[in-house]
Amino acid sequence: MGFAFIRHDTKFDFIGLRHWAYGISALLILVGIISTMWGNGLKMGIDFAGGVIVQIQFQQPVKDEALKKSLEVPALPGITTQKFGDGDRDYLLRFSNSENSDATQVRTAVVDSLAAAFPDNKAEIQRLEVVGPKVGADLTNKALSALFYAVLLIAVYISGRFEQRWMAGAAMAAALWGGTYLVGLTGLGMGWLVLISLAITLVVCFVLRLNFALGAVVGLLHDVGITLGLLSLMKVEVDLNVMAALLTLVGYSLNDTIIVYDRLRENLRATPELSMAELINRSVNQTLSRTILTSGTTFLATLSLFLVGGGVIHDFALTVLIGVVVGTLSSIYVSSAVLLALGDTDFYVALVQQKGKYERPGEHGVV
Amino acid sequence: MGLLWRLSIAIMVFVLSLVYALPSVPYLGTALERVLPSSKINLGLDLKGGIHLTLGVDVAKAVSNSLALTGQDLRRVAEDEKIVVLRPRVVGGTALEFVLPRAENEPKFRELLARQFPQLNVGEPQAGEAGQLRYVAHFTAAEVKRIEDLSLDQALRTIRNRIDQFGVAEPDIRKQAGNRIQVQLPGISDPRRAVQVIGQTAHLEFHLVREDVDPGKAVLPPGVIALPMLEKNPGQQQKETLIAVEKDAMLTGEDVSDARPAFDNMNQSYVTLNFNARGARIFERVTGENVGRRMAIVLDGKVYSAPSIRERIGGGRASISGSFTTAESQDLAIVLRAGSLPAPVSVLEERTVGPSLGQEAIDSGIRAAMVGAVGVVLFIGVYYGLSGLIADVMLCFTMLIVMAGMGAFGATLTLPGIAGIVLTIGMAVDANVLIYERIREEIRLGLTPLAAVRAGFDRAAISITDSNLTSIIVTVILYQFGTGPIRGFAVTLGLGIVASMFTAIFVSRAIFEEWARHCGPKGISI
Repeated sequence: MGFAFIRHDTKFDFIGLRHWAYGISALLILVGIISTMWGNGLKMGIDFAGGVIVQIQFQQPVKDEALKKSLEVPALPGITTQKFGDGDRDYLLRFSNSENSDATQVRTAVVDSLAAAFPDNKAEIQRLEVVGPKVGADLTNKALSALFYAVLLIAVYISGRFEQRWMAGAAMAAALWGGTYLVGLTGLGMGWLVLISLAITLVVCFVLRLNFALGAVVGLLHDVGITLGLLSLMKVEVDLNVMAALLTLVGYSLNDTIIVYDRLRENLRATPELSMAELINRSVNQTLSRTILTSGTTFLATLSLFLVGGGVIHDFALTVLIGVVVGTLSSIYVSSAVLLALGDTDFYVALVQQKGKYERPGEHGVV
Repeated sequence: MGLLWRLSIAIMVFVLSLVYALPSVPYLGTALERVLPSSKINLGLDLKGGIHLTLGVDVAKAVSNSLALTGQDLRRVAEDEKIVVLRPRVVGGTALEFVLPRAENEPKFRELLARQFPQLNVGEPQAGEAGQLRYVAHFTAAEVKRIEDLSLDQALRTIRNRIDQFGVAEPDIRKQAGNRIQVQLPGISDPRRAVQVIGQTAHLEFHLVREDVDPGKAVLPPGVIALPMLEKNPGQQQKETLIAVEKDAMLTGEDVSDARPAFDNMNQSYVTLNFNARGARIFERVTGENVGRRMAIVLDGKVYSAPSIRERIGGGRASISGSFTTAESQDLAIVLRAGSLPAPVSVLEERTVGPSLGQEAIDSGIRAAMVGAVGVVLFIGVYYGLSGLIADVMLCFTMLIVMAGMGAFGATLTLPGIAGIVLTIGMAVDANVLIYERIREEIRLGLTPLAAVRAGFDRAAISITDSNLTSIIVTVILYQFGTGPIRGFAVTLGLGIVASMFTAIFVSRAIFEEWARHCGPKGISI
């Protein structure tokens, strides 16, 4: 017989504690906004901003100051150095300016000045990345498009699958396409397009009373927002890997939300007489052990990636680590709380009963 | 579905997975080469080491070049019809300007344009001084498109040729949107040289030198241009001086049929050229007519050498010397042999990973996967008892399917891909956990083991499918919009999700139902 660290009959009053959770979320978001606006800002890596990264490895440890001094040559203006990994052997050199940097030139200049400054300590270039401004802008657009389509498809999927309102979902998709197309005509950047499309999604969900979809999307924004804020606070550079981690956490956060929602709908059918707050509490408690176990194993696996996965994957792992924690909390306190705020039990019961013929456990899914 | 069915499908998947996964296992794969499919998991550049380049082809320049040639053509064709056309020149890269000095030729000229130059949009002429007509012409949109496509294709071909001759195993060269070419060269040790070979325009020309003109003068006589000349003395700094040459080239790289590196008796490296039949004829005639003059050999607008012509040179051979190092002459021969690029190419993005770093990345990635896997396996095994062991076996099965899927699709394993696998290990357990928690609940409700197992699987399956579909949507989007390493991540994560659903919902259900049937009064260990 296995263990049960988490008792099966927990009856935490999650919803009763929600004001505390709101406070923490608001605080984290505020800190994130302050940090991005007036603090460190969101540091864009060279994938998006363009620039040069050179990773070098010395045979013997080298002091940071000595390295800095050796690279103060006219051929390498505006270079910054950063220690990488353990020991004083690995360094990252960066230039933010990519306008005129030619990889061959940079390579030669770095090799030459290091050879001159450290004749007995050979430095080897392990990695060199040069991203021109054009490619950087392209990658930014691609990343933002990915974000846009992720939100779009997920909102449509949830409103269709969860509320059996594929037509409403399709209407939302159409509104989004049309809206973004119109905004696109004004020539605004991709970043604005994503923001506006998100706003359209939220408004359409609200108007069509697609509460489940609204809750999921709000939760997702909450998670991405807080994670980005924390990344800014920790001065983590957003590169392609971090971007992928953000999208992964979008998937993870939804994953978690949907598990709670699924249970909630089941309970709505089974005990429609309970209040919404009680139903949410019950659903969260029933799925609590699963949530903690899954989040636990995912956290464990990501932690090993964070600790022993090596420098390149470090920021990716950090982003997922934050995302797992925030995503787990948001499925309870954000996505479910939106349902509580926007509809009474009768509304959801009507929704669920009316579709009762569909969605009986066991009749669907892969069996 | 009957148990037998489930079992046979599971076994079939297992065997297929083994068949497709084993070739990728180090050492073992090579030993089994004869029996197993040859598809293997490719290592991405970030793991193998190598260069990733994004090149931008300056197609606007190709269009402008082509416009200049059309201007020359126009002048010659008009001359054949006894019409004089003056000063064709390209303005702003997209417009061709020329002058018709005698306005009475205009109808005849119009007819000639319509007949011979349908690719030009010629505007209404403006009357200039002394009855001259000034025309401005543009290429039609279709022609511009054609030239752009053509030059991109030709650039791609040329780059491929050069890389083939440079000798890189498994290069990957492909066109991208926006006149870009992506080049991936695994395992290159000297990226500087590779970039030089790929990016060199290699436009070779032979011009006669004009000794009578001072190249430093501000205004040169018509038909003469000043070009920089490389003077590279061994041991000294390279410096450039100007030299005056005739504007029209006698011969270009088009006429070169072969190029080889060679050494002279001073052990200096140089490049020998063989001309094709046309080139050899022209070369023989020009050298015969200009004995005593100097001939400048111009590569990409720079004069490499300007030897004096001692005698008529037959046989179609010439050489370029210029104090090259051995590698330089080898590379020059490669680019000349492979043909010149139709338009300048610039490096928009370069990512180089040294092979040692790649190995380090693999090692730490695998270490992370091991630590993560062992942690999760232990945790689940302890927490769920015997059922946990089944979940662990399913986890291994899932990993096997992921490996097999990557092998079968020839997918590329990247560092983020390894991260995807680690993440899968964490998340794959989710399906099992959902099912087990549900079964525990049903048992508490007083159901018999078999009924509890059935209800648990039934109910959990819906949640699992629902929640995983969103993750699959995300991986599809990542694959669609991602580049290189990110795609690798999307592939492993996507495969991991699908495989874990299969093992948890389909395979382990068969095991559990069978177990619940035979477990007796003690019930199942969960």
